Amino acid sequence: MGHAGLQLVMAMDAILKNLSARCALGELDKRRADLWFVTVDPAHVRPALAHLRDNEGFTHLVLLTAVDWMEEGRFQLTYLLHNRAAALDVGLRCFIDRETATMESIHDMWATAATYQRELKEMFGIDFPGSPGVDDEFILEGWAEIPPYRRDFDTLAYAEATYTNRPGRASEDPEEYMQRKLYPEGA
Amino acid sequence: MFDYHPDRTQYPAKREDGSLDIDLTSGKYLKLWHGPQHPGITGNMSVELTVCGDEVVQAKTHVGYLHRGFEKLMERRSFIQVFPIVCRVCVPEPDFNEYCYAAAIEELAGLEIPEQARWIRAMVLEMGRINSYLMYMGGQAGAFGMAMPGQWTTYVRDLMLDRFEELTGARIYHMYIMPGGVRGKLPEGFEQRMEETLREIERVMKDVWEVMFCNAVFKKRTVGQAVIQPEWIEPYGVTGPNARACGRPNDVRLDQPYLVYPELELEAITGQDGDIYTRADVRRRDILQSVDLIRQILIKMPRSGPVMAKLPNVLHWKIPHGETYIRGECSRGEYGYYVVTDGSGYPRRINVRGPSYTHAVALLEMMMVNLNISDVAGLMVSLHTYPPEVER
Repeated sequence: MGHAGLQLVMAMDAILKNLSARCALGELDKRRADLWFVTVDPAHVRPALAHLRDNEGFTHLVLLTAVDWMEEGRFQLTYLLHNRAAALDVGLRCFIDRETATMESIHDMWATAATYQRELKEMFGIDFPGSPGVDDEFILEGWAEIPPYRRDFDTLAYAEATYTNRPGRASEDPEEYMQRKLYPEGA
Repeated sequence: MFDYHPDRTQYPAKREDGSLDIDLTSGKYLKLWHGPQHPGITGNMSVELTVCGDEVVQAKTHVGYLHRGFEKLMERRSFIQVFPIVCRVCVPEPDFNEYCYAAAIEELAGLEIPEQARWIRAMVLEMGRINSYLMYMGGQAGAFGMAMPGQWTTYVRDLMLDRFEELTGARIYHMYIMPGGVRGKLPEGFEQRMEETLREIERVMKDVWEVMFCNAVFKKRTVGQAVIQPEWIEPYGVTGPNARACGRPNDVRLDQPYLVYPELELEAITGQDGDIYTRADVRRRDILQSVDLIRQILIKMPRSGPVMAKLPNVLHWKIPHGETYIRGECSRGEYGYYVVTDGSGYPRRINVRGPSYTHAVALLEMMMVNLNISDVAGLMVSLHTYPPEVER
């Protein structure tokens, strides 16, 4: 690791130290010198995001998305934040129960988060009470199945059950057809 | 017809719960659907407008006319089979998807790509950027009634597609940047033909400057129109030329350099006013900068050595458990792929962070209010959004 990389790691260490003073941190994954993923408790997500945004310069919400760990019965929510000045990224992960998938909304912290949360509600069935338009249809209209990005939704079975092949047209022998057409009463 | 508020930002008034203080049944207001298939809209999406006279009082974005569940489809395919899907996420600029996905897979699998491939990748990304901007430029002129610049930019874009065809074998979906490197070296005589294309682009962009940017009507309808305020950048996640047009030098190529960008002379092109005109001008200067970057790359790139790293058997390729995020600066802003693997032969989750996602929904809905309906198309094009990135 070069000098620049070392500086990034030191900056990240200081950030995580400050963060850990405010909330308990779980598993830490140092993916790159400038990209770390850290797990926090769902109840601590909002305070952790607020701290990173207001005190550490992570003002850019890059994305908010979910990963379905169906076998473990939980969803992973990833909030990826970027610090533009220091060129650092922190991915905050939290795990929520898959059956009662509800999470606190952050639409008041980043206006654009409401769109992400609306999409997560529709595609994964994760509810964000109080988020603007979270119950409105976003991409799918009239969807009656389970949320399609959950891993137990089988796209192939759905397609086979929903979209049947168009019934084939009757094929005609040209000679017989023309005979019938020209001499309807029979030759 | 209605109480006139000189400050249009105060109209229409809002109730405490944030809803509009208007009576839709009063007959003063009209619901108007703009799209989903309309030449003034950037692809197949739709905007539901509430208008009073010729002023928009509310806008609601409706996406989903294109949705094919790309991210779900990717989860059902092996790592190499994902490739024909990633390039289809953005039609005018597929190479960014290929790069971000390939780089994410390389990082998770611990692959190093050869030196020559890094240079060729950067060149292909700049070629894609020019393609995307040229398509935008015609649309931006067309949204204000000028058909001629669109025909010129389509002509030079076609020349660039010829270069893509000889390099990759395909004009639109290239599938050239693969995990491990690129599919092939530059063909014989490519540099010379590329130089001719670049010169033609520069010539046409001079004409576009005179006909489009010096045009009194274009200026009158774009200067001071639909301004992005610098304080919206963080809450609305504005990136790329839309952010750079209001003075923020945010460019991933400089902020978090990737590929060979640290070895090239490059500066963030910015504007000050944040209006439609400035956004168009930033993109025009970006085209000229990309032309310059391709020239620099062709001079500096090594010509020997492999262009593809040794890969495992891709049909049975298992990638260790992990997650990563790879970003790049595409023509519309920050593009990124968030990839999660679980140790199996299939990706656990792939999330595409397209810049259009943040620009085309919350930001667009806010910016349309108080706009004249004749400028709605111009505003939409000026944000340079592509629907497939919203509804992957």
